[in-house]
Amino acid sequence: MTTLQPPAAVSGHDRPPAKRDRRSWTGWGFIGPFVAVFALVFLAPIVYSIYLSLFRDQLIGGTSFVGLDNYQQALQDDQFWSSLTRVALFLAVQVPIMLGIALLIALALDSGRLYGTDFFRITIFLPYAVPAVVATLMWGFMYGTKYGLVGDINSAFDVSLPDPLSSDLVLASIGNIVTWEFIGYNMLIFYSALRVIPNSLYEAAEIDGAGQFRIISAIKLPAIRGALVIATIFSIIGSFQLFNEPSILRPLARNAITTDFTPNYYTYSLSFNGQQHNYSAAVAIIMGLITMVIAYVVQLRGMRKGA
Amino acid sequence: MSSTSSPVTTASQSASVPAAGTTKSAPRLRTPRKHTPGRRKRSVLLTVLTGLILLYTVVPLVWLVISATKTMDGLANSSGLWFSNDFALWDNISQTFTYHDGIFVRWLLNTLLYVVLGAGGATLLAILGGYALAKFNFPGKRAVFAVVIGAVAVPGTALAVPTFLMFSKMGLTDTPWAVIIPSLVSPFGLYLMWVFATEAIPVELLEAARIDGAGEVRTFFQVAMPLLAPGTVTVLLFTTVATWNNYFLPLIMLKDPNWYPLTLGLDAWNNQAQTIGGDVIFNLVITGSLLTIVPLIAAFLLLQRFWQSGLAAGSVKE
Repeated sequence: MTTLQPPAAVSGHDRPPAKRDRRSWTGWGFIGPFVAVFALVFLAPIVYSIYLSLFRDQLIGGTSFVGLDNYQQALQDDQFWSSLTRVALFLAVQVPIMLGIALLIALALDSGRLYGTDFFRITIFLPYAVPAVVATLMWGFMYGTKYGLVGDINSAFDVSLPDPLSSDLVLASIGNIVTWEFIGYNMLIFYSALRVIPNSLYEAAEIDGAGQFRIISAIKLPAIRGALVIATIFSIIGSFQLFNEPSILRPLARNAITTDFTPNYYTYSLSFNGQQHNYSAAVAIIMGLITMVIAYVVQLRGMRKGA
Repeated sequence: MSSTSSPVTTASQSASVPAAGTTKSAPRLRTPRKHTPGRRKRSVLLTVLTGLILLYTVVPLVWLVISATKTMDGLANSSGLWFSNDFALWDNISQTFTYHDGIFVRWLLNTLLYVVLGAGGATLLAILGGYALAKFNFPGKRAVFAVVIGAVAVPGTALAVPTFLMFSKMGLTDTPWAVIIPSLVSPFGLYLMWVFATEAIPVELLEAARIDGAGEVRTFFQVAMPLLAPGTVTVLLFTTVATWNNYFLPLIMLKDPNWYPLTLGLDAWNNQAQTIGGDVIFNLVITGSLLTIVPLIAAFLLLQRFWQSGLAAGSVKE
């Protein structure tokens, strides 16, 4: 499951850490605290979740072991499938748009042809510092016809724009909020990867007389492949976990955003409104597995040599 | 992400930023760089196109600043992108701080508590762990790495329900610990510190310290920590954002509004309008939102030297 390779020693002193067999456990003294908390908040919940998913609260007789019944139920659950389809659609549209724009801006910044490169980079990154709650409240107000910009545009131009919070458009509206939040962040990842491309490659391209677009396609994009793959994987995980934006937007769009709007929202509702902890755990595990498989496939495809 | 939730966010919590170090061994960004044959011509067209995205980025923030100067009437009766006749910013700010016996101040202090303990603790654990991974061989090292990276792919929200049930059995729910403890683990921060420590700490220095008779703890604090400072600032900044912006975790763990962080408090204020007989205070929601993002944006602007240097220290391959 690893996209990240352990860092290779860098030039200068590329000796492996000296072997100190005598003190081979010393490292545990330093990493122990991290591993202990990690076990408590990552590993234990995963194990507990698996345990929960195998049981069910019966009306009579309390909690009993039901094997994979909860999973079977989830796989036949229309609410689960429709929420999964919704985030899949979201992913297919929003992630390419967001990463595409982020990549174009990163290439533009890196080209050195902009006036005010630093200003652009810092300003476009700023929404990352805005909490999802604030971003969603802000856009929610702006989408509104009463206080918002949509209302302004309607009255200024005497038109009636479609309501961004209607059932048809609310997913796109959420996509816009997420895009706004993360364009700058992904741009920064791509830009930073572009900055560390060795100059010698550009010198070679210069000697070969390559043009700008050739340099982008032959040098820049292959060089930042790792960053592209990581950004894609994180965006996929993010899309599958979609919860904050729909949950915060819901008061403004009660009919459009149901409590099973996304898989995550559904597990949350099952657990905290329906007290169906066991079933909720099974749905969460299925989502976790789907996410891991897709992330893994993306990584394998993205990291293939050649291409 | 997220992310949603971030990343990571939530989720969409996510990827990447070691600062290029100021030490000799850390990768340096080569600026200015000759990119293209001959002279580089600045392009007006490219600047304008990038400017469109910049506009998309700043319009909501401009709207927020302008709207924070309006009363409820002003919000309803004036254009979103221009000031109304009543300039009520100071009034809104003082109302935000005093509404409901100053609960907003309490939320602000809670948020600071969660950031100092949660993000501060996460950064410390990441430094210690990254140092161990970079400079020691210990049994199970590869396994630790594989498990931590694998866990990153597990949706954080998928863990929320079991974590909640576990914490409630331990009696931790509805206490600050329920928010702080899960914030202490930043797999991403661990990775960054590992990369950074690998490059920033020469093995010779550690050997020299040991030969001089310094113990492991002293060597870490006196030799390693100072060298890791630039990376530390970056990790701290990113864990701070993650903690400051956290919403899902406190939403699940906290019932008592007295322990809410700002994000949850603003959401509660916004939802007041939906309840029957609820006080509609959109002007305070908007002003509170502005007050919530100002400190973070200020931190990013003031500390840019640190975070914008090489996000990709790990990808240096010369």
